[in-house]
Amino acid sequence: MTELIVIGTSLGGLAALGEILATLPPGFACPVAVVQHRGPTVDGVLGSLLQRQTTLTVVEPDDKTPIRARHLYVAPADYHLLVEPDASFSLSIDPPVRWARPSIDVLFESAADVYGPALTAVVLTGASTDGAAGVTRVREQGGFAIAQDPATAESPVMPRAAIAAGVDLVLPLAAIGRHLGRMGCVDRAAS
Amino acid sequence: MHRRNGIEETEIDLLVEAIVRCHGFDFRGYAWSSLRRRILGAVAREGTGTISGLIELVLHDPAAMQRVVSSIAVNVSAMFRDPPFFKAFRDAVVPLLRTYPFIRVWQAGCSMGEEVYSLAILLEEAGLYDRCRLYATDMSEDVLRQAREAVYPLNLMQRYTQNYIQAGGTRAFSEYYTATHEQAALRPSLQRNIVFSQHNLVTDGPFNEFHVVLCRNVLIYFNRPLQDQVHTLLHQSLTPFGVLGLGSKETLRFTSVETNYEPLVESERLYRRVA
Repeated sequence: MTELIVIGTSLGGLAALGEILATLPPGFACPVAVVQHRGPTVDGVLGSLLQRQTTLTVVEPDDKTPIRARHLYVAPADYHLLVEPDASFSLSIDPPVRWARPSIDVLFESAADVYGPALTAVVLTGASTDGAAGVTRVREQGGFAIAQDPATAESPVMPRAAIAAGVDLVLPLAAIGRHLGRMGCVDRAAS
Repeated sequence: MHRRNGIEETEIDLLVEAIVRCHGFDFRGYAWSSLRRRILGAVAREGTGTISGLIELVLHDPAAMQRVVSSIAVNVSAMFRDPPFFKAFRDAVVPLLRTYPFIRVWQAGCSMGEEVYSLAILLEEAGLYDRCRLYATDMSEDVLRQAREAVYPLNLMQRYTQNYIQAGGTRAFSEYYTATHEQAALRPSLQRNIVFSQHNLVTDGPFNEFHVVLCRNVLIYFNRPLQDQVHTLLHQSLTPFGVLGLGSKETLRFTSVETNYEPLVESERLYRRVA
């Protein structure tokens, strides 16, 4: 049972995220954490754009923010977002990984170590190879990895790299939201 | 509590224990996930294969101990990182500081000096710098040496210039450095009111009373109990109505000192000691 969903995306990510949010079933409660690559100085805008498209509460987490059901967490600009063993987020300003901060790999790897089989990771459209090492770690720890079908991606590089690294499922963009909705998310963080 | 990899967790605990006993730096209260990443980075760089291998190496090779400790201890920042913070400092804190005849500032965890020099520039432009003494501390002598040199890669200056402009800088940023080859050396006069010295937030106590304490993006590397401990130290180091500045994603909410402060500029994490 999935307790946390992590999503990584880069070029074309905002539209793809919007499509997923639009196709999540009503009552969807699983916490979601998103890394969207972006410039270091843009702040807050991404969160408010996403908030218009979902009933989940969209948050740019502060350091040590607890992970809660019915929340969508967006990695803040110019910080890495990590998951701590007590199911909270921490942030770091360690150097960029593969030229990215926030880095998808950093989020995925730390979430995999904490959530193990209770984690689902999704790699969407993007023009880098960030996320490929992350999905490998997710699967090593028993989690589930999904890549967007590159044919449906604005930029196919990132989902292709994830597929080459190994994923459990490749889905067209339009099917990802519904699939996540069917995964039977458990809200253990709130219990 | 969710799961952790049991063996790796044990190895990390043992490495941290070896470091505190044999070197003195104490990483026991560090946030687990970023500590783990830094340790695995050291394993890769030192080529030991496992964390256990790294423990053996650092226990028998003092130079390796120093390298590994430095790589775990170092935070890297940027000049005028989070420009809106410096803008808010200029607009909301500088007017308060004008009322003091002499101003003591503590930059806790100054790393290579990027932010304390930014502050020096800001105070210079406000006409206050010669009434100030800035105490910039870090636990690592290595980074303090680099901070005193005040030389940064030239290719960073473009980003720093943008930050400076967004932070409300009133001059040309290029006035503040001399470019040579691939490096930018900050104007030596910026250093005239800065005292760099070694201080460990985890193991050392208060050493003075300050009108301003900046501790930005340092506490994010600590777990909650250690954050509370260090917040107590910062609070004890502030004069009544002194100003505390945190990183843009750090908050006093849920800390033990929350009620001792009121927000000055909440969005930029500037607070004022009221108790």
